[in-house]
Amino acid sequence: MTLASLLVRPLSLVVACALVASSSFATDEGPIKIGHYGSLTGKDAAFGVATRKGVLLAIEELNAKGGVLGRQLEYVVEDIQSKQGESATAVKKLISRQKVAVVIGANASANSLEAAPICQNAKIPMMAISSTAPKVTEIGNYIFRICFIDPFQGAVLAKFAHDSLHAKRVALLTSNNSPYSVGLSNVFRARFKALGGEIVAEQKYVEGDKDFRAQLTAIRAAKPDVIAATGFYTEAALICIQARSLGLDVPVIGGDGWEAPQLVELGGQAVEGTYYSTYFSADNNAPEVMDFVERYQKRWNNEKPEGVSALGYDAVYLIVDAMKKIGTTDGPKLRDAIAATKDFPGVTGRTTLDAHRNSEKAAVMLVVKNGRTEFFQSVTP
Amino acid sequence: MSEFLQQLLNGLSLGAIYALIALGYTMVYGVLRFINFAHSDVFMVGAFIGYYVGRLLPEGTLWGGLIVFIVAMLGCALLGVTIERLAYRRLRGSPTLNVLITAIGVSLLLEYSGQVFFGAAPRTFPAIIPVKNFNLGGLVISTNQLAVIVVTALLVLALQFIVYRTKMGTAMRAVSLNPKAAQLVGVNIDVVISFTFALGSALAAAGGILYALNYPSIDPLMGVMPGLKAFVAAILGGIGNIPGAALGGLVLGTVETFVNGSQWSTYKDAIAFAILIIILLFRPAGLLGKFTVEKV
Repeated sequence: MTLASLLVRPLSLVVACALVASSSFATDEGPIKIGHYGSLTGKDAAFGVATRKGVLLAIEELNAKGGVLGRQLEYVVEDIQSKQGESATAVKKLISRQKVAVVIGANASANSLEAAPICQNAKIPMMAISSTAPKVTEIGNYIFRICFIDPFQGAVLAKFAHDSLHAKRVALLTSNNSPYSVGLSNVFRARFKALGGEIVAEQKYVEGDKDFRAQLTAIRAAKPDVIAATGFYTEAALICIQARSLGLDVPVIGGDGWEAPQLVELGGQAVEGTYYSTYFSADNNAPEVMDFVERYQKRWNNEKPEGVSALGYDAVYLIVDAMKKIGTTDGPKLRDAIAATKDFPGVTGRTTLDAHRNSEKAAVMLVVKNGRTEFFQSVTP
Repeated sequence: MSEFLQQLLNGLSLGAIYALIALGYTMVYGVLRFINFAHSDVFMVGAFIGYYVGRLLPEGTLWGGLIVFIVAMLGCALLGVTIERLAYRRLRGSPTLNVLITAIGVSLLLEYSGQVFFGAAPRTFPAIIPVKNFNLGGLVISTNQLAVIVVTALLVLALQFIVYRTKMGTAMRAVSLNPKAAQLVGVNIDVVISFTFALGSALAAAGGILYALNYPSIDPLMGVMPGLKAFVAAILGGIGNIPGAALGGLVLGTVETFVNGSQWSTYKDAIAFAILIIILLFRPAGLLGKFTVEKV
């Protein structure tokens, strides 16, 4: 038990009792409060602000349709300013002062890990947005997430390489000092071999490297059908440029670490025809996605929704769906209802919460075409 | 076989860039007996000048590329002279350690003002010269790699010519041999030292652009690693020795590339530096350096 949770426990018991007491006669009371904490300022502000827009859109839509359980929804937000240590304070405030029924957030796993023990002790369900580290939901049974986790993504990439690109021989290129890349490569290797494929070459580099010709020359000698580069976008772009200049013209694939405008900016012609996996694509032409994109753009000045906006939007609808099923906002009952979610139709795909409270949903594969990313297909492992 | 040749080519083109930067270290050391740590940041500024000029010119033309090289080399020559004039000249004659610390200060100043003026995010370097790939039976040679090797070879030859065949070169060697005696026979030390800085910085600028052509993502801290490697290359070849710096660069680049393409790629820097230690154990003055006893 950590120091923080020791300090919080007595307080949260009081809070929890108060909430249980209030929920029994809550139906005719004021609005249902939905708490959200995220970085609205600071270096991670892009994620927090985009999430907020998705969450707010969902709440406004629901309120326009008459609310939930006969009550309006109220959006309460706390800014954690991209700072370590703010999440705990923010969530304590949301739970004890605002008495929120449920907590949404955060984006970065580190922030979610801070807030999760507090929600767990107060028995308030928490729905993390884009925290992909497996540890987050292991904190307790009140902690959920709306995104997939890193091992899932590795499995998606393996299946995509095998089924859609018909690859038999794959070369792996891993960023050796990034736990994200190493984890993704490990899952990819295991799953791709299980599918009957062969890893013909494995090469490594470290973040900040610029010369990949040596690794790529070794990879070229192994004659792969596909190269999987599991690191981040800067290196991915340089890898593509150098692979093409060595006459290595096979497709290159990667994970959501590739998702940044710089990939195309830096890679130019060389990243054409490369693929990466992510949560959501605004270019997906499934009717529910097109519909969501249109409403989002109408509300937010023609801005395109980010992946996290869509996740925030889905988080609200998934929670409300659970509330409607049980007819109450009581913490423990709501937790059970959320945990039982199966095949919830959201804009980021059909979501099922598994035994570890992680979302199982299709990942989206994007392809780079004519200097921009386009939706390619959805993949479920 | 084709893999071996390809790795050799990769290594030589990487080593050629190290060589260009190493020349700057070695020249300043030869004349002033101190390591100009700001040199690797002049390399970075060269790449950024190339970036800004390159964006004004049409991409992929030979004359455009030439203009970019000339402007960046002139700009950096000016920068090098300014740094020497403002930071190092007053310290001439004071203990070497003071100048060394100043050099580190100038280096940090350039890196962090670079982050203020250019931004910390990586930029994409434009393709300023036409790019083509030739395929010779499995060996792919890109024009960028060729350009690096050819430009480096030409610049090293030009440098040899300047140092051994011109009046200024003779003056440089005289200052290197004995500054006081050189002054007594009428050599203007200030001019010689400014010229040395200008020449070294211009080479760093050329190195910066060649580096950016091959690895087109540039940022204000891009000089740190290549600078360190070039410094090692200069010592490996024998600091103060011009052909030695070129040889050191090529050796280091080739070794690094071969390790990188093998199973032990994670240890590439460890292996490259271990080789440095071994060579220096057997040849303390470097590959081509002459060991001289310091006279009191």
